[in-house]
Formats: sequence, C-alpha cells, structure tokens
Amino acid sequence: MFKLIKKITFFKFIALFVLLSACSPRSGTVVADPLEPLNRRVHALNKGLDSNILSPVSKGYSYVMPDAVEDSVSNFASNLSLPGTVVNNVLQLDIPAAANNTVRFVVNSTIGLAGLFDPSESIGLAGRDTDFGQTLQRWGVVEGAYVEIPLFGPSNMRDGMGIFVDMMLDPTSSVLKPTMSSYRSWAGIGAILQKRQIYGDQIDEVLYDSADSYAQSRLVYLQNRRFQLKDNPSDAYIDPYAEFE
Amino acid sequence: MLTSILMQNLNKLTVRRRFFLFGVASVVVTGPAFALDSDSARRLVDQLVAEINQATNSGGPQTKLIAAFESIFEQYADVDIISRSSLGPRARTASSEELEAFSRVFRGYIARKYGKRFMEYIGSAIVVKNTTNRGKFFEVGASVQVEGAEPFEVYFRVSDRSGKKLFFDIIIEGISLLSSERVEMGALLDERNGDIGRLTKDLASLG
Repeated sequence: MFKLIKKITFFKFIALFVLLSACSPRSGTVVADPLEPLNRRVHALNKGLDSNILSPVSKGYSYVMPDAVEDSVSNFASNLSLPGTVVNNVLQLDIPAAANNTVRFVVNSTIGLAGLFDPSESIGLAGRDTDFGQTLQRWGVVEGAYVEIPLFGPSNMRDGMGIFVDMMLDPTSSVLKPTMSSYRSWAGIGAILQKRQIYGDQIDEVLYDSADSYAQSRLVYLQNRRFQLKDNPSDAYIDPYAEFE
Repeated sequence: MLTSILMQNLNKLTVRRRFFLFGVASVVVTGPAFALDSDSARRLVDQLVAEINQATNSGGPQTKLIAAFESIFEQYADVDIISRSSLGPRARTASSEELEAFSRVFRGYIARKYGKRFMEYIGSAIVVKNTTNRGKFFEVGASVQVEGAEPFEVYFRVSDRSGKKLFFDIIIEGISLLSSERVEMGALLDERNGDIGRLTKDLASLG
C-alpha cells in the first residue's frame, strides 16, 4: 500500500513537473500570457485613451494648477484611501504599518485640514502603501496570468482581483456623505492626472518610444510589481552567460 | 671564505630576485589574477557610479552626457554579452561578424537611450550601498537620490565570466535593462523578419 502511494506521488510529481515546464515561459518573456490576443486589444484601447484624453488633459491640468494645489488635491484623495490601506495592513498582520497609517490618518485629517496637507510626513510618518493584491500575495495566492484591464492598465489575475476587492472593502466610501464622496472622486481624478505628469517621461517611453508597447508595458509592470512585493524568485532575471555556456 | 659566503648570498639573492621577477611576470601575463569578490565588484560600481555622477552633474549639453555614457559602457559593461543576449534565440544562428557589428552599434544605441534617461536625474546623486553574492555573480545595490522625490533603487550585476570584471545588467526598481532590451530587440527583429543586418543598420539611428 505504502509503495503504491509512493509510486503515485512520484508519478504525479513527474507529471506536474512536465506540465509546469510545458507552461513555463521561454526565458526573457517573464510570464505565460494565455490571454495575449484579448490583452492586446485592451492595450490598444488603453493606449488610445491615454494619447487622446489622459496625456493631454494631464498636461493642461499641470499647466493651469499651481503645484501646491495639485499636491493638496492628491493628498486629499490619498488621505481618504488610508482606512482601506489599514484594513489591508491588518489582513497582512502588519501591525506596525497599520498603526503608522492610522496615526497618519488622524493627524492629516485634523492638523492637515481634512487631508489637504501632509504634516505626518514631516514628523517621520511616511505613507506605507499596500493593497489587497499584496494581501493575497501574503496569503500565498499565486500571481496568475497577465491581464490588461480597461482603464486600469497592466495587471495580473491576483492584482485585478485586488482592485475589485479594495473597492468593495473600502471603509471610507460607506461613511462619506454624497457631496464628500463626489469631492473624493474628483480628487482621485486629479491625483491620476498629477501622476501621469510626474511619471510622464517613463510612461511616454514605454507607450510611444518602444517597438512593442504591449510587450514592454507587460514587462515593466510585472518586474516592477514583483520587486515592490519582494516576490522575486532567485532566477527572476536573465543570466546571459549561462545561456551561452 | 668570505668570498664564498658572499657568493652564496649573491646566489640566494638572484634566486630570490628571479622568483620575484617570475612573480611579477606571471601577474603581468595573466592580468588581474584575483577572482571577482565582493570588494572588487563594489569597487567597479564605485568607479562607474562616480563617473555617472560626474557626467550628470557636469551640466553640459545632452550630447556630452551621451558621450560620457558611451565611454562608461565601453569601460565597465560587457556590451558583447548584453547585445548578444538582447537578440534572444536569434543570436544562436548569427555569424560572429554579424554579432560583432551589432555589438558595436548597440553600444551607441544604449548610451543614447540611457544617457537621455539620466538627463532627468541631473542634480541627483547615486550612493552605492550593499553587495550581495548571487553565486555566479555579484549584485551591487545603489540608491538614486533625486531632489524633491523619493529615492529609488538600482542594482548593478557584475561578473568576471567574460574574463574581465564588468557589469552585465542594470536593474532599476526591479526592471532589468537586459530583459527590457530583449523585448525591444525581439520586436524590432520581428519587424525585420529576423534580419540582424537590417537591425544593425537601423539601430544606428535609434535610442
């Protein structure tokens, strides 16, 4: 009986190994991308939205708005997202970060005039951002296939799920009155416009100066996200010498 | 008696000197005989970072910065292996003349591309931090401190497997130059039906 089990597990192990190596991407492609045809169509849509709306509007926004106003708009939006961040800190059992972000929220909501200013930063309480995608990663959920989401851009199954759950989990949205809620939405748009401007050169390079903007944004997203989550296997990058040995 | 003692000592001296000379000769012939270690990897990155810092803070025009980057790549990077690896599987079927010509053009391309990118960091300072032994190579971490923004992390991967101590990848916030260029060259090759000659010609005006 024991022998039989041993045999089956060994067989399963081999089968799994064969299966995994069949699925494993060729070196340098970083990920299996079974949804590539669909993803490419979404990418074309997102790229069009960027070149026609996001990029020009963000240029106009930063031209019209003084920097200090832009900062305050982004601070306001970011402060209201802190309760959701704290929920994720707790779900990850990261109590120091949860405490840090809670104090930030209290200080910035009061002394920082409803979050328009960020006095916490100057007393050494920098933001410690996280999201449900990271919570899932901490819980052991695998990254899953690469997906490009309409409006949101590059993502993967785990992070895409995270975006959805973060919207559902957000404690702020259930508390805010409708007027405040609409201020928040506008501030959120302002924050996106400012970000598009701050990372303008990098985004333009990936989207408009590369030979294949889909493949390049997939690479940039995945490698950067894995770095951010410290989710890198030891052989995550190319060893060019090993290839020619 | 005295002469015999003197002769003996002289003999010893010549033996010692010969030994010494032999030692010097062997060092000269084999070049730096010391294998790559954590300290020498770090020294290499210290030197190249000092040159990047100097180049980005010299305040010259972009062309000057690009020229500085080309010399940095020439001195400190294994451009042959970077360019060959960027070609992906196509490199296996290419001739050595094709690879050589491609490598030469690739160095200019990469200097233009990354020289331009570092223009954004004028006034910044790169500070070398820690060195990690990764088995077959060393990874030297550095932090780029830009005024009015969060600092970000850069890693230089250094190896001596080419016979010289050189870096073969730069990883900025997790994004690898090598991976990124393989995606780029792969796409450019696809557009040219895998023709390395045409890619080499076109790459001279890209980046």
